[in-house]
Amino acid sequence: MLNENKPITIGVVGNPNTGKTSLFNCLTGLRQRVGNYPGITVERKLGTAFLGEQAVTLIDLPGTYSMAANSPDEEVVLDVLCGEMSLEQPVDLVLCVVDTSNLQRNLFLATQIADLGLPMVIALNMWDEAENRGMQIDVTQLSLNLGIPCIPTDAKRNAGLDELKNALKDAIQNKPKLNSLVWPNSVNQATEFLKKELGNSAPKDEARLRRILFDVDSILLRRIKMDAGAKKEIVQNARKVLMNDGLNPLAAEALLQYKHVGLMLEGIERSAVIRNRRTESIDRILMHRGWGLIVFMGLMYLVFQAVYSWSGPFMDLIDGSIGWLQDTAARPLESMPMLQSLVSDGIIGGIGAFLIFLPQILILFFFVSLLEDSGYMARAAFLMDKLFRWCGLNGKSFVPMLSSYACAIPGIMAARTIENPKARLATVLISPLISCSARLPVYILFIGAFIEPRYGAWWAGFTLFAMHLLGLLLSFPISWVLTRFILKTASSPFVLELPPYRAPKLGNVFNRMYLRGMDFLKTAGTIIFAMTILIWATLYFPRPESIEQETRASFIEEEASQKQISVNELETLLDDEGSEQGAALREKLTLTTETRYIEQSYLGQTGKFLQPIFEPAGYDWRVTLGIVSSFPAREVIISTMGIIYRLGDVDEKSDGLRDAMAKQVWQEGPRKGTPIFTIPMVLGLLVFFALCQQCAATIGVIAQEIGWKWALFSFTYMTILAWVGAVATYQIGMLFVS
Amino acid sequence: MNTLRELRVGHRAIVASIETGTIVGQRLLALGIVPGTRLSVTKVAPLGDPIAIEFNGCHVSLRRDEAEGVFIKEETGSAL
Ligand SMILES: Nc1nc2c(ncn2[C@@H]2O[C@H](COP(=O)(O)OP(=O)(O)OP(=O)(O)O)[C@@H](O)[C@H]2O)c(=O)[nH]1
Repeated sequence: MLNENKPITIGVVGNPNTGKTSLFNCLTGLRQRVGNYPGITVERKLGTAFLGEQAVTLIDLPGTYSMAANSPDEEVVLDVLCGEMSLEQPVDLVLCVVDTSNLQRNLFLATQIADLGLPMVIALNMWDEAENRGMQIDVTQLSLNLGIPCIPTDAKRNAGLDELKNALKDAIQNKPKLNSLVWPNSVNQATEFLKKELGNSAPKDEARLRRILFDVDSILLRRIKMDAGAKKEIVQNARKVLMNDGLNPLAAEALLQYKHVGLMLEGIERSAVIRNRRTESIDRILMHRGWGLIVFMGLMYLVFQAVYSWSGPFMDLIDGSIGWLQDTAARPLESMPMLQSLVSDGIIGGIGAFLIFLPQILILFFFVSLLEDSGYMARAAFLMDKLFRWCGLNGKSFVPMLSSYACAIPGIMAARTIENPKARLATVLISPLISCSARLPVYILFIGAFIEPRYGAWWAGFTLFAMHLLGLLLSFPISWVLTRFILKTASSPFVLELPPYRAPKLGNVFNRMYLRGMDFLKTAGTIIFAMTILIWATLYFPRPESIEQETRASFIEEEASQKQISVNELETLLDDEGSEQGAALREKLTLTTETRYIEQSYLGQTGKFLQPIFEPAGYDWRVTLGIVSSFPAREVIISTMGIIYRLGDVDEKSDGLRDAMAKQVWQEGPRKGTPIFTIPMVLGLLVFFALCQQCAATIGVIAQEIGWKWALFSFTYMTILAWVGAVATYQIGMLFVS
Repeated sequence: MNTLRELRVGHRAIVASIETGTIVGQRLLALGIVPGTRLSVTKVAPLGDPIAIEFNGCHVSLRRDEAEGVFIKEETGSAL
């Protein structure tokens, strides 16, 4: 039986907020590996613990109240414990973490797990809290009644760990089983019936058949390959057996198990229920209609400020270092332009493209961990739920959406805190609509160039505000449509525990930041890096060698005719190292060449090809090129416009760029001679940037969190939305102008 | 019969039955809101929904629509 080569696997399970993760961290230290279960947004967390000499693998499973799996998180728990998760070894032993102050409810889950036949040890965690509340628990008697070792622990202060490790070590040999309920005969008859009728793809063990019997819409039943109507009928017939016995099949398990737990707990807890006075008095303020909202706003303002502003210096540092690295690496490669561009713009730029998001992610997760571990997050969700739920979101969507005002990437990652899988998916899909800080320079450029000079500061401010509101206002109806018609994921109820307030353990908070940061670097980082290289290639190639000479020739011709001098004279001027005029000409030529390179690149060709599509929004090919080149990262439009209008390095406040845009007129077509940048066109352009998903990194993170299918979906729907918005604004605006 | 939806803040009740066959009902049962449990409504969110209840020393928030599936017998007298 005991195979020396196969390491022992212990599954750590428990209700949410019982300190499961804290205890897991205590037992494994930093010997942890995190990842994802493929295809679902469920975190996979493994660690190694040493029980004396023996190394064992611990799996930290998501917190759950019951084995009736209604969400991907709960399915993972069921599958891992049943040995159905191909990624994990079958579990040899279960460590069930319970909140000592809440034995009855916590032991319900324990009985369900024990029903699967797994040996178990119980950690009576939060022992300190129960003691402080004046509870007295006879641990020896409890262990006797349950039939398995129960060890008091305090994961906050690392107390009881040695005893727990010893108990686990013994349990690997002894395999202690919880005194389970003896099921009434009718239940056994019903499962027997199910086994017979459900065919070969049905589970063979009684325990899982009981899940099919008891659970509303059981996942195990859904997996059986059989006609849905036939399955339903079989289950109904099985349930009739219980009904004939006077049992309500959909409540029988809870009623019987709670009664069983009640019997095992008889005489264990001296006091019946002791309320947590401290938590109740804090809640009188934090959940108050008025004060509660004020504190909530204050806290959210702090979180937002932190993500938005405090990250600034770190981002500048990363930006500066990457820039320095690019220059340093480029210098020795002068003679090999392709390699130079690949190394500096592609590779180093690609590393910078994902590193830059790390400060915001770490800061946000610092706060998210504090909010969750302290117990406040559930209160925040309580306060905000009504605002969000009509469109299929819930109170927990608030923090991700708020963070998205700084950057969608940490926001999308924070959506993991939403238990309801449908609301989680919807939150991820609408977060990129929220106006992130990368859109700000673009707004400033166009508003500063066109709205402010003509209508004054007040309207400029109003336009800026409207752009920040637009995405948010659209996100609600879009989420409504998504959750109602498009997302097929099942929704889970918003029954949310409001745990007692607890001082968070800083070690856990940093551990979480570290793990999330690593996860981002490994998964999304790789995707973003790969996309940056790809985009670099589409901007660089095909790059025929002839371009340089061709541009030079046509440039000389053009300039010469403009200056009314001969081609030869101009050429001399151009090559004259000493004169100022020559330097100016050379710079102009460099910019012209750069523009030509952009035009000839695959991305540029795409821009030209797509020009007819953007025609109804009032864009000429230059603007379209700017838009297309800013799909990898929206703020790039500013530098692209600088190159296209031959201005060189510009930023959103450059007067040169503003003037150049204002001077652009249609060269041909019906509007020949009229300005391109009219007010309706500019407003449409702003709407386009407000709604479009021009950010490769966001696509990468969505792919990491919910898969490529949804990443592409989100890109597509936002692009279409942005196009419709831009065209509608322009066309309607033109009616007013003319 | 009355449901938890109508129970006002500060009032106590005993659970008579739970509507079964729904995911919410199943979740409430799993949390220990079984017939015979005494509970009280402790808070209402600023916008009128959801509500927070207390039972067996635990606090749980749920939406009014979800509270509709909990049938109760109200006890006289305030919980606070
Ligand atoms: N007083 C006390 N606090 C604890 C103990 N164990 C954990 N905590 C605190 O309880 C809070 C929740 O702990 P977590 O480890 O995140 O709980 P969890 O069960 O993993 O929660 P989920 O991941 O949401 O399921 C944190 O603030 C911990 O610091 C304990 O034994 N005593």
